Amino acid sequence: MNATVLSVENVSLNFGGIAALSDLSLTLSSGELAGVIGPNGAGKTSLFNILGGVYQPSSGSVRVMDRPLAGLKPHAVAALGLVRTFQNIRLFKELSVLDNVRLALHGRQCPGLLDSLLRRPAALAAEAGLTRQALHLLQRMELDPRRDERAGDLAYGEQKKLEIARALAAGPSVLLLDEPAAGMNPAESAWLKAAIAAIRRDFNLSVLLIEHDMSVVMGLCERLVVMDHGQKICEGAPETVRQDPRVVEAYLGTRRAGR
Amino acid sequence: MEAFLQNLITGLSLGSIYALIALGYTLVYGILRLINFAHGDLFMLAAYAALGTATLLGLGTLPATAGLLGHAWAGFAVVLLVSMLAAAAAGWLVERLAYRPLRKAPRLNLLITAVGVSLLLENGAQALFTANPRRFPDLMADTPLLQIGRAQVGSLDLAVLATALVLLLGLELWVHHSRQGRAMRAVSHSHETAALLGIPVDRVIALTFAVGSALAAAAAVLYGVKYPKVDPLMGVLPGLKAFVAAVIGGIGNLRGAVVGGLILGLAETFVSAYGASTWRDALAFGLLIAILLFKPSGLFGHYEPEKV
Amino acid sequence: MTNARALLVIALCALGAAAVSALLPEYYAGILLAIGINALLAVSLNLVNGITGQFSLGHAGFMAVGAYTAAYLSAGPLAGLFAHPALGQLGVALCLLAAALLAGVAGWLVGLPSLRLRGDYLAIVTLGFGEIIRVALLNSDSLGGARGFIGVPGFPGGAGAPWVFGLLGLSLAACVRVMGSSHGRALLSIREDEIAAEALGVDTTRYKVGAFVASAAGAGAAGALFAFTYSFLHPSSFNFMKSVEIVVMVVLGGMGSMSGALLAAALLTVLPEGLRPLKELTGVDLRMVIYSLALVLLMLYRPGGLMGRKELWHLNWRRSKAVQP
Repeated sequence: MNATVLSVENVSLNFGGIAALSDLSLTLSSGELAGVIGPNGAGKTSLFNILGGVYQPSSGSVRVMDRPLAGLKPHAVAALGLVRTFQNIRLFKELSVLDNVRLALHGRQCPGLLDSLLRRPAALAAEAGLTRQALHLLQRMELDPRRDERAGDLAYGEQKKLEIARALAAGPSVLLLDEPAAGMNPAESAWLKAAIAAIRRDFNLSVLLIEHDMSVVMGLCERLVVMDHGQKICEGAPETVRQDPRVVEAYLGTRRAGR
Repeated sequence: MEAFLQNLITGLSLGSIYALIALGYTLVYGILRLINFAHGDLFMLAAYAALGTATLLGLGTLPATAGLLGHAWAGFAVVLLVSMLAAAAAGWLVERLAYRPLRKAPRLNLLITAVGVSLLLENGAQALFTANPRRFPDLMADTPLLQIGRAQVGSLDLAVLATALVLLLGLELWVHHSRQGRAMRAVSHSHETAALLGIPVDRVIALTFAVGSALAAAAAVLYGVKYPKVDPLMGVLPGLKAFVAAVIGGIGNLRGAVVGGLILGLAETFVSAYGASTWRDALAFGLLIAILLFKPSGLFGHYEPEKV
Repeated sequence: MTNARALLVIALCALGAAAVSALLPEYYAGILLAIGINALLAVSLNLVNGITGQFSLGHAGFMAVGAYTAAYLSAGPLAGLFAHPALGQLGVALCLLAAALLAGVAGWLVGLPSLRLRGDYLAIVTLGFGEIIRVALLNSDSLGGARGFIGVPGFPGGAGAPWVFGLLGLSLAACVRVMGSSHGRALLSIREDEIAAEALGVDTTRYKVGAFVASAAGAGAAGALFAFTYSFLHPSSFNFMKSVEIVVMVVLGGMGSMSGALLAAALLTVLPEGLRPLKELTGVDLRMVIYSLALVLLMLYRPGGLMGRKELWHLNWRRSKAVQP
């Protein structure tokens, strides 16, 4: 039985009368690759925002690597090992591709300020190390040739890849991917599917992803959690979940779904 | 005791002036998330407009002469109306020329532009009207109406309170019970959603600016009647203080703006009366820093973190 | 740039300025000093407003803290040092240190609570801070109050230019070093997207406060230099207009560009002097009208200012070049 790396217990989130999340519970085990699906407005991104420390839950608790998240600011959450990507990509558009990734490495490996000011060998070595690691990650995501370009100039699919490379650079143990395949064409989604599986293996990650693209979800996720109206309505292996009448109803209303 | 009562009335009338200006800030902030630095200067422009109107109509020498209109109250009303319209037009112009083109630009650029517009108005007024202060016309006499012991409640303060009250009620009705008011609240909530619902977002924003500026104009006329000095920089301090009032109440919250204004007016009056009047102006900033430290969302607001 | 080369550049700045200053007639030497002080103010503000993307409107307040600190020390406890031209240099150094330190502390006190909040609040708080300082100075008779502070010693041996430009060189070198390091990237990332930066592990509040404190210290040092240059201080020199002038310099130069800040500072120091005949002619001081109009027009039509976010020393002509930290 693998350790639980992420545990969400009875979390609710209220925004002035609107319940974005209601008594939600889920767990993620070490090394697992799970998916969160559900119609728009189900509260998936709100969940990620809570996990990332952007919002504090109105009630309930979250634990990452068995440490409580209560009151931690996003950068402290990242230091615990939980890193997330954003649905509408938040790249540093004016910075270069390389710098986007190097920045993410900064959190764990920043040289001392005085060392940097005086250009001491320790700082220079740290910087060189940062650059090396960043290049390595870029190569992995096949972005290396674009390393000096302005991140905002990249094609959409490449921006999504950069977003993932950047998240990896932040050194996660738990990786949250918010709609990584959104806007990708079939070839790119197929590549992404393989890349996520490889990343999970090579970086020893536990991955939780939000996704709408079923071709990515099926065959990649080992377990699915289905949300609707801020609640978990179903959970289990993808094939089982897919046939569950509650899930069908959530997505399609009361009409009988065709295949 | 009488002094207390006197100060109470004075504080409330000053506070209601701040409240009117603060409403303008809060309306604009609610709809654009912009601190309109130029708001205080629209206040100043309105004062000059009032000055001009009153001079044109021959109003303003004591005892309150009726001028061309034959009745003192009519004079006051006309001056009020004209300056409110003038300010509304000016506010509309500023939004159209300086803020609308930057609707999609980074927030910082918009803030800088607002500071620029504010300075432009101040220095432009200084160039046009010279920095020499002028006297605001006496639009109404200050006759003591109530006598409680040795305290006097003058007609001036009552008129200020009454006018402010009427305007506040009017605003409340407009915001909560009219179609434009509803549209304004919708746009304040979300530009995209309102646009999807068919609301002309640009026009609503322009209208909001106009209304906010008109309120500042009313405040200017009431302020001028109480403190008759008119100069190009007269809007700076009241503007800043009214902004502080809006923050105290919770910026974006209309009722908060009113409460904040009253609190500030009362605080200033009592601090002045019982001690350090040289620090009176710094009081507002002290209050600002205090509230930002302890409750940045203000008394009635909720601190909105950025949508992620 | 190695440490040795950096020191060389700083020394050259100081000595070069001294040489130029000695050759110029007094009026122009004075303008040179003013350019140097304004440049220091602009470069320090650029750290916060340009590079980190925050909006501070109270730079003059920190300048005032530094100026009055230096004035108080040099006319009071350290007055003895200033009698000798050699020891006097030590006195200047001590005053500069104290000025920067006190201004930095002020920056910490102002920045820590306000930088937790959304960007617009910082603008108002810093504006308020500047005003509070000004009012406090007006009301403090021990520092001259409304009559002003008289009796600040001038630079010992008349060596104003080396101090001003030496310090400017030092600040530039420090900025270049920071921007060339991982820390500079962190600051830029805060400007680009603070939420993303935080999500990736950057302690944005600590960096924002750090930049703010450094910037305030720079303004404080500039204030001290100002005190020694003019020997007379009045609170009205450190009002909101002064803060705005510095903001205009940063915006005109290009928010985020150090060389842009330098250029703009020089331009905006010299221009009002050049416009003086116009003022005499029309009797109206149109300077502020022009400043404010320039600010609005810049934001509308050329928000990048003169240099955008690039540096003179990084200019290359390839398209889509990303920002060089």
